[in-house]
Amino acid sequence: MTEPQTPPDHQTPTEEQERRLLAPGNPLNPRREFLRSAALFTVTAGALGGGLELLTRRPGAGSAEAQAADPFARPARPLGPYDTAEAVTPYRQATTYNNFYELGTDKADPARLAGSLKPRPWTVRIDGEVRKPQTVDIDTLQSWFPLEDRIYRMRCVEGWSMVMPWLGFPLAALIRRLEPTSKAKYVQFTALLDPKQLPGQRQPVLDWPYVEGLRLDEALHPLAFMAVGLHGRVLPGQNGAPLRLAVPWKYGFKSIKSIVRITLTEKQPQTTWALAAPREYGFYANVNPAVPHPRWSQATERRIGELGRRKTLLFNGYADQVAGLYKGMDLRRFF
Amino acid sequence: MPAVVTGGLLPAAVLVLDALSGALGANPIQRATQQTGLLALVLLLLSLACTPLRRWTGWTWPARVRKSLGLLAFGYAALHFLIYLFDHGFAPVQMTEDVLERPFITVGFTALLLLVPLALTSTPRAVRRLGFARWTGLHRLVYVSVWLATLHYYWGVKKDHTPPLMAAAVLALLFLARWWRPRQRAARPLPTDRGSASP
Repeated sequence: MTEPQTPPDHQTPTEEQERRLLAPGNPLNPRREFLRSAALFTVTAGALGGGLELLTRRPGAGSAEAQAADPFARPARPLGPYDTAEAVTPYRQATTYNNFYELGTDKADPARLAGSLKPRPWTVRIDGEVRKPQTVDIDTLQSWFPLEDRIYRMRCVEGWSMVMPWLGFPLAALIRRLEPTSKAKYVQFTALLDPKQLPGQRQPVLDWPYVEGLRLDEALHPLAFMAVGLHGRVLPGQNGAPLRLAVPWKYGFKSIKSIVRITLTEKQPQTTWALAAPREYGFYANVNPAVPHPRWSQATERRIGELGRRKTLLFNGYADQVAGLYKGMDLRRFF
Repeated sequence: MPAVVTGGLLPAAVLVLDALSGALGANPIQRATQQTGLLALVLLLLSLACTPLRRWTGWTWPARVRKSLGLLAFGYAALHFLIYLFDHGFAPVQMTEDVLERPFITVGFTALLLLVPLALTSTPRAVRRLGFARWTGLHRLVYVSVWLATLHYYWGVKKDHTPPLMAAAVLALLFLARWWRPRQRAARPLPTDRGSASP
């Protein structure tokens, strides 16, 4: 290899020049130059990386270790006629991945903010087309019925699902006790309206309070359930304490949380999501893989805790029990 | 700009760490999809902020990092799409159906497709081969892509539309900044006009 030719205008620096170049105060000192560009590099990379993180990262609640152990695994019991035999979603996941917009729109928000929701003292007002309108304390209401376990599938309209071991009583038992009049055709449920307890209500994301409803025959169906507990313990705030609905053949948003009022009505209730986006969320909201949401398919779902997707079943797999309620109805029109 | 690339890849590293430590929550795939999509959009907006910034301030560094930001945005958009494919089990039939029948997916997919030729022609050689005028014309596709991406983001949100609307507001501001040239520009000589400059 030949020595590279030094161009004539770049003489080898004399010792004197070298000494001056490396003098501490000289801005052209290569060492200083290196340090400056290293600092610039670090600051730029750090600022961009950090800024992007701040703007976009939303870590979920809890770590893998915490989710692996289910502190409330319960002894197996014989399955009842309404129970699914599928693996139950661990307590940790069922209570840290929630849609409860009154406690924030991110999935991790409700668990974080549920402390402000006070499930006691709590009263439920019962009115409308009933012979016995009344306002009843939640503990009194619970004492009217023997509590049952129900392991239900829960399918969210967003395309994910869980298996929830509820504790509660059949809605039909409550409705019969209230003696509906002959005019009663629908049941309307209203959730708590209190921005102090439900800080998400300070933003008009939806028209508060949250309202849901069922046709009377749906409400009297043995699967329609009022839950006061989950995994054998009292219902956590983020899951709708102290009283929520569980209608497993319908999308999750029908199963209204933190109920303060139950009204029997003659007319179909104006429900929150159906008002917010009538083309996207209907009054019936029955789980149906053949009726896509306008923006995404409903043919498959992710069971929380699984990586793949499973096929969504008609009426969320409860078709044998509930299909009779919708005989002759066009499920595409009454979605 | 290696510093920008390093900084831009940090979130991807954090995402991998989050995924391994289970910090993505109960539905990690959905979380990863949302995060990569948002990163792609933010980086795309940053790359579009470069030219107005250079015009308004006279700094030259924004122009030098623009390409890195654009390529990073494309990288995250591609990753976002790959996670979506994985999410749906790489089922070509269902995917084609999704792309054709759901405007939400159609729009997002189109936004990504428009970025592909831009990423492929991001080299100085491509500029020479196409000629500057044609190359610039081609790269105007980014304006279409970023609006489609914002619409896709808006449609992907169930109800709380604040974040996508903020993205749209930033985008509108950037477009205004493009139209409204600062007035001093005509009066002041261009920053490159420095007489006999050294190489």
